[in-house]
Amino acid sequence: MHRLLPLAAFVVLAGILYLGFTLRDPTLLPSALVGQPFPEFDLPTLGDPPGRATRADVAGDVRLVNVWATWCPTCLAEHGELMRIRRATGLSIVGVNYKDDPAEARAWLARHGDPYDFNVVDLAGDLGVDLGVYGAPETFLVDAGGTIRYKRVGEVNGRVWREEIAPVLAEIGTPGDG
Amino acid sequence: MGSLSRIGLAAWCVWLAAGALGASPIDGFDFPDAATAERYQALLSEFRCPKCLNESIASSGAPIAVDLRRTVRRLMTAGAGDDEIRAHLRARYGDFVLYDPPLGPGTWALWFAPLALAGVGVAVLVRAGLRRRAASLTERERERVARLLDEAP
Repeated sequence: MHRLLPLAAFVVLAGILYLGFTLRDPTLLPSALVGQPFPEFDLPTLGDPPGRATRADVAGDVRLVNVWATWCPTCLAEHGELMRIRRATGLSIVGVNYKDDPAEARAWLARHGDPYDFNVVDLAGDLGVDLGVYGAPETFLVDAGGTIRYKRVGEVNGRVWREEIAPVLAEIGTPGDG
Repeated sequence: MGSLSRIGLAAWCVWLAAGALGASPIDGFDFPDAATAERYQALLSEFRCPKCLNESIASSGAPIAVDLRRTVRRLMTAGAGDDEIRAHLRARYGDFVLYDPPLGPGTWALWFAPLALAGVGVAVLVRAGLRRRAASLTERERERVARLLDEAP
């Protein structure tokens, strides 16, 4: 038995280290906000001239809330998928234009297409802090009661839609096929 | 020392001093008194920057750390207590944001794994020590063993 002890220790250690490989990206933090109400806010919209938007404009329907910026390459990478989701499912998408230049953001949407019902301008990042955002893009699924049901840090792509967002949508009770 | 090199040395000293000055204030914020400034610094060092994995929001230059420092200042100005400020950030960024995470089901391994490992280490040492003591016989014991073995059929 004692001769096998080093081997057993090695196997245990190797197992623990192997588990390290199967962990998700260590830069992804579990969201503290899933199950919580969408935060209150009162901010300008991206329109020209800008209007105002509050929490009441986000709650009331099932929506994706997508935090994006023109300085964020991954936002451009996921833009096509957001366009597809909007076209194929009609799901409402609200943008939070995060720490960006509103004029540049408008030009960006004119160039790449606009999947958003409207955009909230978060110049300072205060709504971002209330949403627990620590980078862009981040995407939230909000139910009709205004409760956050899902959060994605990083790109939304076809796989994320199929395996993560559509199942939560189905649970909420909106057809999420597309 | 020539006058040119003296000027150079003076310029270098000024540059060093400016660097030291530039490093000390954060976000150019004025506090009403030293105690508030100290409380602010102490609070900042309790929070981990969510983007940078192992740096407090006190020292990080990441935009999110700037935002969180602003949030802490805003809450302090509004009269929030330290615990309220901790709860505010934890509600948004989870246990991760606290350098001193609370004891709970998600953090049991974090808190108790070092204790368990130390326990295993002590057990191994104690066992090895006992075995060594058992292995060393006195002269009289050795003679007795030899006698017993001789007597055995």
